[in-house]
Order: sequence, then structure tokens, then C-alpha cells
Amino acid sequence: MPEVNSLVNEFLIKLKKRKIEGSKATAKLTAEVLRSFISQKRLPHTNQADALIEAVKAVGEELIDANPVELAVGNIVRRVLHIIREEDLSLTTAAVGGLSLSAESDNEDDVDQDDHPVLSATAVAAAARSTLRPPSLQTLLEDMPHSTAVPQTSSSGGDSEGKSKSADKNLKTRKLKHNVIEAVNELIQDISTCHELIAEQAVEHIHQNEVILTLGSSRTVTEFLCAAKEKKRSFRVFVAEGAPRYQGHALAKELAARGLQTTIITDSAVFAMISRVNMVIVGAHAVMANGGVIAPVGMNMVALAAQRHAVPFVVLAGVHKLCPLYPHNPEVLLNELKSPSELLDFGEFSDCLDFGCRSGSPLLHVVNPAFDYVPPNLVSLFITDTGGHNPSYMYRLLADYYSADDLVVRRRSAS
Amino acid sequence: MVAKKGGNRGEDAEDELKREPLQAILLADSFATKFRPITLERPKVLLPLVNVPMIDYTLAWLESAGVEEVFVFCCAHSKQVIDYLKNSKWFGQPNFAVSTIESHDSISAGDALRLIYERHVINGDFILVTGDTVSNMPLIQALKEHKERRRKDNNAVMTIVIKQSKPSSITNQSRLGTEELFMAIDPGTKQLLYYEDKADDRKGTISLDKGLLMDNASISLHNDKQDCYIDICSPEVLSLFTDNFDYQHLRRHFVKGLLVDDIMGYKIFTHEIHASYAARIDNYRSYDTISKDIIQRWTYPLVPDVQFFGNCASKLERRGMYRASEVGLSRSAQIGPFTVIGNGTSIGSNTEISDSVVGEDCVIGSNVSIEGCYIWNNVTIENGCKLRHAIVCDGVIMKSGAVLEPGAVLSFKVVVGQQFIVPAYSKVSLLQQPVIKDSDEELEYDDNSSGIIGIPSISSTPEKLNDQFGTKLSDSQRRAGSEVGDGGVGFIWSLGEGGHEEEWRHSVAPIPADKLIEIIRTATDELEISNQDGNFLPPSGELEPDSVDNDSDEDARDDYSYFEKEVEATFLRAVHENVKEDHIILEVNALRLSYNLTSTDCASALFYSMMKLASDTPHDTPGELVKNVATVITKWKQLLKDYLSSIDEEIEVILKFEELCLESTKEYTPLFVQVLHLLYDQDVIQEKAILDWASEKEEAEESDKLFLKQAEKFIQWLNEASEEED
Repeated sequence: MPEVNSLVNEFLIKLKKRKIEGSKATAKLTAEVLRSFISQKRLPHTNQADALIEAVKAVGEELIDANPVELAVGNIVRRVLHIIREEDLSLTTAAVGGLSLSAESDNEDDVDQDDHPVLSATAVAAAARSTLRPPSLQTLLEDMPHSTAVPQTSSSGGDSEGKSKSADKNLKTRKLKHNVIEAVNELIQDISTCHELIAEQAVEHIHQNEVILTLGSSRTVTEFLCAAKEKKRSFRVFVAEGAPRYQGHALAKELAARGLQTTIITDSAVFAMISRVNMVIVGAHAVMANGGVIAPVGMNMVALAAQRHAVPFVVLAGVHKLCPLYPHNPEVLLNELKSPSELLDFGEFSDCLDFGCRSGSPLLHVVNPAFDYVPPNLVSLFITDTGGHNPSYMYRLLADYYSADDLVVRRRSAS
Repeated sequence: MVAKKGGNRGEDAEDELKREPLQAILLADSFATKFRPITLERPKVLLPLVNVPMIDYTLAWLESAGVEEVFVFCCAHSKQVIDYLKNSKWFGQPNFAVSTIESHDSISAGDALRLIYERHVINGDFILVTGDTVSNMPLIQALKEHKERRRKDNNAVMTIVIKQSKPSSITNQSRLGTEELFMAIDPGTKQLLYYEDKADDRKGTISLDKGLLMDNASISLHNDKQDCYIDICSPEVLSLFTDNFDYQHLRRHFVKGLLVDDIMGYKIFTHEIHASYAARIDNYRSYDTISKDIIQRWTYPLVPDVQFFGNCASKLERRGMYRASEVGLSRSAQIGPFTVIGNGTSIGSNTEISDSVVGEDCVIGSNVSIEGCYIWNNVTIENGCKLRHAIVCDGVIMKSGAVLEPGAVLSFKVVVGQQFIVPAYSKVSLLQQPVIKDSDEELEYDDNSSGIIGIPSISSTPEKLNDQFGTKLSDSQRRAGSEVGDGGVGFIWSLGEGGHEEEWRHSVAPIPADKLIEIIRTATDELEISNQDGNFLPPSGELEPDSVDNDSDEDARDDYSYFEKEVEATFLRAVHENVKEDHIILEVNALRLSYNLTSTDCASALFYSMMKLASDTPHDTPGELVKNVATVITKWKQLLKDYLSSIDEEIEVILKFEELCLESTKEYTPLFVQVLHLLYDQDVIQEKAILDWASEKEEAEESDKLFLKQAEKFIQWLNEASEEED
């Protein structure tokens, strides 16, 4: 346990000091830390799922507080909580199923009531685990009656759990933990392979002789463009440099090295160039529940320009970037102001920053926000590892990955 | 698998740092008195800077820059520092070891480093910082450069970090309130060649050594660089401090000492940072400036809304206002831009606060106006107070209607009476101002301004401090009360002599406009005068070097006679204590280096000491004296020969002998030839040297030829002998 605590602490410190950058790295590390936390956690014999959820919530709250701007941390914590709930549900129903089969003759009413939800719950759990398959409208409709039945199951399952043999419990403890860890492993797997899964769809979106515009640098976008290139599509890329960090320069360099026709433009030239562009493809920092996007600064301007010229604005985002919160939620911190040194050289302006003269209050202010918010109506399409989605479909996607009880991690454990 | 990952990452970091644990020395004492009277009660490193103790900024930076082991050197109020560190989470961080070194009698950074050297805890390159440094610079690049230089040149012992920052053209001081700093840097190698922080700015001139221009192909002279007081040092630095026990101040003594001393050839290099931030809090002005830099986020990620260490979470709102979660704010209160409000503080109605930092659990009444102030924790400010550009320490109570004028400093638990106006630049404390002329000690540190000497007696224990409070308060409450108004408690410190003149330069308050105008006027006046001077006295420039040369000549002569005495003492010790020849050679070499002389000087000095020894040995007749000389020379000729590598040096010895005969030891005068012959026989002096000496002397004046005549026969014999050989 102490090693795990130190592991969690180390991660906390790194988050606090902003040492981990990028939502993918953060998401993966969060999942890994939570996995080792869960594997080391000793669980009581009864109500282990609740105990585990409480414990994970406590850790998760700390992690989220450590860097409230990095929404991926909260996303992963919530997904792990969801996984625990799902696993618990499937185990309980399985146990009840087994019990009901053996005790069929005893009380038939119970079995009849239970039998139906058993299947559905396992199906839901399976669906949740195999996140690679996009949930179609059909499965959605299919699930509808079941999901209403789920709460009933869990309560009846809880009742019947008391009846189950005590010898079974020990096995179940290990099984729950085992299953949860297995599922978290899958989650980590998903996070690490999300680039490839997104890139696979590139050829469906990028066509011959098109012109693509992107802003700043994103690993996902790079892979996406390169995947299209590998499939023998020939197209051109405009890269807006992405002031003040100028990550676009690095992206352009990489794209050119991989044999893509690349043009660098300043951020302010985006509007002038947009009329020649067939599609805007950008990465995101986070995707909110309403389909709005938190993205590197300057993105809103690009989105508005794209809308003006009716150019599709496509956002690539791994599923770990889907945040179940709305941008107006009080606990969502939309922005972070970085050091002004990225904008201007301190030495050159040091005489403007001399507080010894005049009134003593600084006259020169430098604001360097890291992110922009792009409202959902400006986004044409989201491409996630599960396929392309409309902004208005986001809430449905979120329902698959998060359970509504976990949306507010902080409040629940604080009260 | 996770643990393995962590391990890998650690190794990567170590790879970058050449697999040695990176160590740092953090001096938790500035050895200065600029923050008095506050520092009489609390060490400077624990003073809150935007509601976080300064030392936390330094430690957080060191930790994030990859330092693995920090030695915190505590001197003044060491107990408070250690207690603070114990209660904080700094002990027991993963991959970051913090340990304290306590001292009670160190009065300077030099003493501190000497003590650390004695502990033998530093075993590689280390970072030397003070506990009042705020920075976010990455160290890896600077370290790499330092190590590369070290590999090429073992004498590159130190790299100092600098940052561009233009000094004000009017006041000639930097934005941190320090004197204008002049540095000469070699633009190619970045070697520091000249460092002057106490330039006489009134004259607008600095003087550089001529040699500097001769030895270096190019020099760039900067006055727009700020010294960040972050040094990357090699372990030699510590031993240098130990060798030069008079080094006290890091810059004034150590850096300047190394720059002036070109014998050992130690070099200092600079590393300029551009994007990252680094600054040191030296005085109230820099406290103000750096606080504002932090609020403006130059120090990101060390900013109030990031919980970089143990600080309370606060949220950044519009216009640069940081507010902690639990703030009781009246609806009509106006909080201006760039203000930080700490946790648990309540603010009354119609109160206006701008450009200020308010600490935790403060109670601020209504109709209060606060502008540009630093209010620490648990401060009570009653209704209608006015505060402008002041520092208000913990536990201060300001009764209703009190006014703080710009630059005022209220130390801990001071009570300001109703309607009382604390005058500008005044410092109020519960402790009485130490009388400066009371003791020699105090005077001493006042001179070198590097002391906390007075502190240990006060600081030893907080309880004692409280006792002092108690007695003092009861004794003099009435008097104190009268000093800071009705019902007030505290003493107003009088400003030191000439203090008021300079006080505005270093206070938290901006420099008043009339002062600026005054400076501009005097500056232009001076400029005119100096221009006139320039017209009237053109030769002054020519005169100066001459006088300097004379001085240096005399210096050289003086140096030589001291050197001679030292060598003689060394030699005599060697004779009496049977020291090995090798050791004498070592010692004489060391002397030579320290006096900056040549090996010729060594030879003559050694020869002089030998002859002196011979003549001092009891003897009655000249014959016995010759015998004495013979025994001494035979015994020590090896030593002498070590320094006689060429003919020139041998001639020098003969000349020295001549001088000896003429001036100090007249006894030898009749024995000149005998001794010369002896030297020749003993192979100390070669034939050629004597002949060269003779031919050199041929051209000299008659009076000088006394010995030449004496030696005529001997020289003739030598000439004949050489001819025969031919």
C-alpha cells in the first residue's frame, strides 16, 4: 500500500507542477495509477464494489484537483468508476443467475423476474467493454428497455446476494478486482491505440487533390494525415503555425519529412486562405458533453472562418478526451493562463515592467491563454476511435462510457 | 508495470544529469539586514511572497528542475526554518531529499560554504542558491554547458545565471531595486571578465583593467543584465572558500576575487536565460516587483492558482484577480485587478483593493482603501483605514482611520492607533531598534553589510523572544503607545544616517515623481559639469595611468620583499625541522603564485636565504664564514638548482649576491670571489653565467665594477680554461 501511495503522490505532484502535458499521456498515466491503486486496495467482504468506488473517488478527487485544467484526468477517473459499476453489475447478475438456476424450483417468480435482466446487464457490460464497436441506433433502441430495468436488477441482486453462500464471496472479491483490472487494462489499450484507430478512417475523409488546413500540432492529426498519405492519397496541407507556442512549425517539419505537400501560414492568414481549403482537420484538448470543443488558442477563429466559407470543420479526438461535463459546469476550468514569456521577451520589455516608476501598478499586461472554446454549432464532425459522430450525438456516446452517478466526483465525496 | 515505467523515467532524467545525483545548497539566510525589522522576528526565507513562504518557491523550483538532494543551510532563526520544513511536506518527498545544516555563528555566505565544505556532503557539481530565489528555469541546459566546459577546462569552476533586464535610465537601478550592474562578458565563450555592482553611477564611468582589453579579442560590456544569484558550481568553489578564509560575500569577494586573481586561472562563465524567469528578493523593492511578476504569471507554473506546493487553491478570475475559495466579500467591495485574496479573509462594504496581496484570515472593515499593499495573515484592518504601498505583517491591528503612507512597513503584531498616520518609509516594530553605536560588532556588520551578528541573541528561541516582548511591552507600553498613536503598540524605527536619502530606492512604494525630477535635474547638471571638466582637464586621463604604474611598481617591490621574507622563513623552517626538499619546492611555488612572481625571483630569494643562514651561523673569521657558506650550499644546492633552469637565472643569482654584499651583509664583500668560486665548484653556477655576468658588467659604471675587479682573476682563469678546452 505505501508504494501505491507514493506512486499516487508522485503522480499528484507531477500534475500539480504541470509536468505532464497532453491529454493522451495524462489519460494513460491516470489509468495506470488507478490500476495499481485498485490492484493494491484491500476490499472488505461485503459491498466491495461500493468500497472500491468510494476509494477510487477519493483518489480521483485529489487527482482532478491537482490539475483541474487537464480534463482527461477526470474523464479516466469517471470511466474507471463506470467500469467498476459495470463489472459489479455483471458479476452480481451472473451470481444471481447461477443461484436462480440451481434454486429454480424454490421460487419461480424470482427467477422470471431476474432472468431477463441478467442477459441485458451482461450485454450492456460487454458493450461497454468492447468500446471499439460504434453503438448504432439499433443497439440504442434495443438497449432502451433494458437500461430502465437495470436499477431494479441491481436492487434485487443486492437482496439475493445475502442469500448466496459465503464461500462464494471470497472468490467474488477476487473476481471483481480481477475483472476491473482487466477492464482497465483494456482502457489503457484503447488509449494507446486511439491514434491508429482514428488514422484508419483517414481515407474515408480525405480525398484526392484536396487541401487540408490544420492549426498547431496534434499527434492525432499528424497520424491521420500520414495515414491518408500512405494510402496513396495526394493532397496538400496548410499548417497555421499556432502562436505563441508555434507547434505548427514542428508539425510542418514532420509532414514534409513524410513527403506531404505542406505550407506554413500565420494564424492571422487563416481567413485569407480558407476559401482554398476543402476541409479543416484539427485536434482538441477536450470534447465537452454538449459537443463543444476545448482546443488550443486560435481555434475558434479558424472555426468561424471555416463556417463563413462552408468548409467542414472536423475535430479528431480520442475517446479519452470526451468529457461528460458541460462547459458551463462550475467545476470545469475552461482555460489556463500560461507564462507571458511565450509571447514576448522579458528582457526587452523589462523597462515597461519597472514598478518603481509612476504609480507602481503595472501598465503592461500580457495575457497568454492556452485554450479556446469552440461551440458545437461550428463543429461539423467528430472523428473518434469509434467512428465519426455529429456534435449532437456526443451525449449518447458519453452515456456508453460514463455512468450518471459519477459525473460529479467532487461533490459526492465531499458531502 | 507501472513501477517499472517510473523507474525508466527516473533513469532517463539521470541520464541527462550524467548519472550523478544533482545536489543543491540553499542558503536559508541572506546575511543582510535589508528586511529589518521584519527579519528580527522571522527569517527572510519564511516571509510570505504572494501568500507562500519564499523558501517554498525555491524548493519547488529545485525539485522540478531535477535536483535530487538539497542542503538547507540555516543560520538566523534556524529553529524556525527547521520547524517549518519539518511541518511542511518537503521532508520525505520521492526523489527529492531535503536536509538541513544548522549553524549559529556563521555571519556570511562564505562562512556557510566553509562549514558545508567541512561536512563533506557535496561530491559533485552543485547548484548554489539562496532561499529567496524565485525561478522556473530549467537547469539541464545550463548544467550541460557547465559540464562540457569543465571537461575542456578544469578551471571553469562556476557558471552564473543572468537574465536581460534593463536598468532604469533615471535612477540607475534595476527594476529589482539593486544597483546597476556592469558585466564584461566574452561574447564567444561567455566567460565573465568583469563584475561590478557597486559602480559609481553618479559619475557615469567605470574603469576597466587594461589587461582585460589586451588579453581578450572581444569583450561585450553589459549594464542590462540582471544577476539571478543562481550559480552552478564545481566542488572547487567550496575549497576555494576554505582556502581564502576572508571571502565573505559571494559576489563582492568570491566572484571579484576570482576575476582579479589570474594566477590560479579559475574562470567564471555566464549562462543567459531568455524564456524562463529567475530573480532574487534582495530588498523591499524586489519583493514588490517579484510579487507582481508572480501575479502576472511570469513565474508559471509557480503561480497562485497552481498548487505547486501546499498552497491553498485559489482561482484566477477576470483581470488577474486571484481569489481563494473561502472569501467573505461584501457586495459593494471593489477588488481591482492583479489582486490576490487569501483563504478565510473577509472584506467589508465599500472597500477598495487594487494591486495588492491579502493573506489568509484577515478581517478588513468597510470603507478601507488598499492600494499596492502586501498584507500578510491574520491582519485586522478596521473601518476607514487607508493603506498605500505598504507591507503589513502577521497579526497587525490597524484601528479605525489609521493611515499608512507609501513605503511603510509594519512588523509583526504592531497595533496602530486610531487616526494615526504612519509616515512614509517608516518601519514600525514591537522590538526596539538596536542602537547602532552600541557595540563594535554592530558597527562591523554595518560596514560590510553582511551580518546577522546581532540576530542569534534574539533569535535563539521564540519563547525568549516572547519573553522579551512581554517585558518590553510592560516596561515601555506607554512610550510605545505614544509612538504609533492612541492605543497603539510599537516603536517607529528611526532611519539610519543618510537612510532617508536612499530609502525611496528600495522601498515597496514606487519612486515619487518629485524624486525622479530631482534626479534628472542633478544628472543633467552633473553632465554639464563633467563636460566642462572634460574640456578643461584633458591631461588628467594621461596622468592617471602613470600614477597607476608607479603604484604598481612600488607594489611589486613591496611584494618582492614580503616574498623574500616568506621564502626565508620557509627555508629556515626547513633547515630546523628537516623538511624534505620537495616540500620546500612546493611551498615556495605556492608563495610564488600568490605573489605573482617568476621563478627567477624564487632563485634569488632562496639564494639570499641561504647566504643569510650562513652568515647567521656563528663564526669568528671570514674563513669560517666561507666554510659555513660551503656547508650550506653543499647541503641545499639541489634545491637551488631546481630554480636555476637557465643562464639568466644564474646571472640573477650573481647579481643578487652582489647586492647582498653591497647592502645587507657587508661581511661578504671581501669574500665575493671565494664564494663565487665555491658556487662554480659546486656546479650551482655555470661558467657561462659568470662570463655573461662579467661582460654585462663591463659596460656598467665604475662604481658598479667593484666586484668585477675583485673577480677579474677568476674570470680570466675561466676564460683561459674555456679557450683551452676549445
